Amino acid sequence: MSAPRPPQELDAPRFTLGRSLPWITTPLLLAVLVLGWHLYVEGSKISAFILPAPAAVWASWKQLILSASLWQHTWATVYETLAGFFWASLIGVALGVALARLRWLELTLNPFIVATQVVPKVALVPLMIVWFGFGFTSKIVIAAILAFFPIFTNTVLGVKSVERGHRDVMVSLNATRWMVFRRLELPSSLPYVLTGMEIGIVLAIIGAVVGEFLGGNTGLGYLLVAKMGAYETDALFAVIVHMTMVGFLFYFAIGAVRRLLIPWHESVAVEQASSH
Amino acid sequence: MPQAAGALHTAPGIELVGAEKWFGTRAEPVFAVSETSLAVSPGEILVLLGPSGCGKTTLLRMMGGLLRPTRGTIRVGGNDLWRAGGRDDAVVRELGMVFQDAGLFPWLSIEENIALPLELRGVPKAERLERARALTRLVGIEDFGRRWPRELSGGMRQRAAIARALSYDPHILLMDEPFGALDAMTRDAMNLELQRIWLQTGKTIVLVTHSITEAVFLADRVVLLSPRPGKIDTVVPVAFPRPRAVDLQATLEFLAIVSALRRRLEQIS
Repeated sequence: MSAPRPPQELDAPRFTLGRSLPWITTPLLLAVLVLGWHLYVEGSKISAFILPAPAAVWASWKQLILSASLWQHTWATVYETLAGFFWASLIGVALGVALARLRWLELTLNPFIVATQVVPKVALVPLMIVWFGFGFTSKIVIAAILAFFPIFTNTVLGVKSVERGHRDVMVSLNATRWMVFRRLELPSSLPYVLTGMEIGIVLAIIGAVVGEFLGGNTGLGYLLVAKMGAYETDALFAVIVHMTMVGFLFYFAIGAVRRLLIPWHESVAVEQASSH
Repeated sequence: MPQAAGALHTAPGIELVGAEKWFGTRAEPVFAVSETSLAVSPGEILVLLGPSGCGKTTLLRMMGGLLRPTRGTIRVGGNDLWRAGGRDDAVVRELGMVFQDAGLFPWLSIEENIALPLELRGVPKAERLERARALTRLVGIEDFGRRWPRELSGGMRQRAAIARALSYDPHILLMDEPFGALDAMTRDAMNLELQRIWLQTGKTIVLVTHSITEAVFLADRVVLLSPRPGKIDTVVPVAFPRPRAVDLQATLEFLAIVSALRRRLEQIS
């Protein structure tokens, strides 16, 4: 007797849509968008000052990336963002761990934390420039202030949401305080901290750029304002595109860190299932 | 002293002498377990059975050193689990706990989870991973050692949890509804597995369950607890020879014990 043959009605081997679809749709959608933009500019005869044609933006961007000054501005913004993000992470994680551990500290500081949360933080930008001047320091401080809160609050949440059952396991195994931290609390709160950092890095860029709007003569934020002042709208667009690229780099960097540090976590598993 | 420290090598038992547990505050006290005395013999499987609120988990957690009894004494192999200063860690080392939800750490592979107790004891990495690999074979998950816990089914995770508890070779296994979250088929399979492991290792096992069938199938003695406050109602010896097969559950003798327990359970809950 031969082995039973599967009926023909079964689905054909499925084309793995989820994996390859974005590689097709993303360039396609982008092309449609640029084409629509091009046709609109052509058709409406809109002033190039309001909306430059994509070709003009492209030409302007090519010119920009060939100039040394763009890279100086880029490094300035990247440096301010990373430095601000670094301090925000350091203080945010340290304070978050302390607050999650010490009930009295949380009760004491909570009203102030809520107060600082509701202050629109960009309102502090002029003050920071008055205090720290037009150099890098003021922008780093602003970037740090903006990035601090998501990192801090997520750390508190992470440390607090260590599972009781996991603690029981460690207690029943006579684990030392250090091993409870190293093997349980740290890995357990890491996904939360990284989520905070993901939001934090984006806010750090915003902080650095807004700081540059107001003071100094370096950075992509300064370049934006300068191009606006010079009525070079095509260059303005080009800088925005350039900043988007920089933003993507940061985003992918954090994603890579996530895959490296918490390969066991659901968020990484979901990503892998849908993109590889 | 009837049992010196050296006697620990012959699978020690557990002794509760007037153990009692209160929760809550002086204004709102909750009487969880009333004065309980019970002796678990070395090498036996003792099952704690009862309705919810009967304090069976509290009793087990007291035996495991996770809860300190308000009054009374708990001895493991003749040694007091609690001393004036706190828990005696040397005594806790004789106990392996298995929890209902497995309690594996999602950031450790199955092997690393099983090896965790050895890591906490400072066993070198190569040695502890080798031991973990041997244990995956014992509990029948040898192909899954490198996987993350989330990649395993509930039954397999529970096997890994048992392997973790066995990793440092404690003489006593304390199991808190270890198979409560599993479907009936998997549960039967796990009961057989546990019996096999027990026959192979000769551990003393105390197991909490709310399944009467599971209790009678596994136990040398079933301790029926009644609620509010928790106390021992009856102790039922189960004398079927081992290894017991699943078919045993269909015999009249088996069903007689089950229905007697069920009747009593309905009266007290």
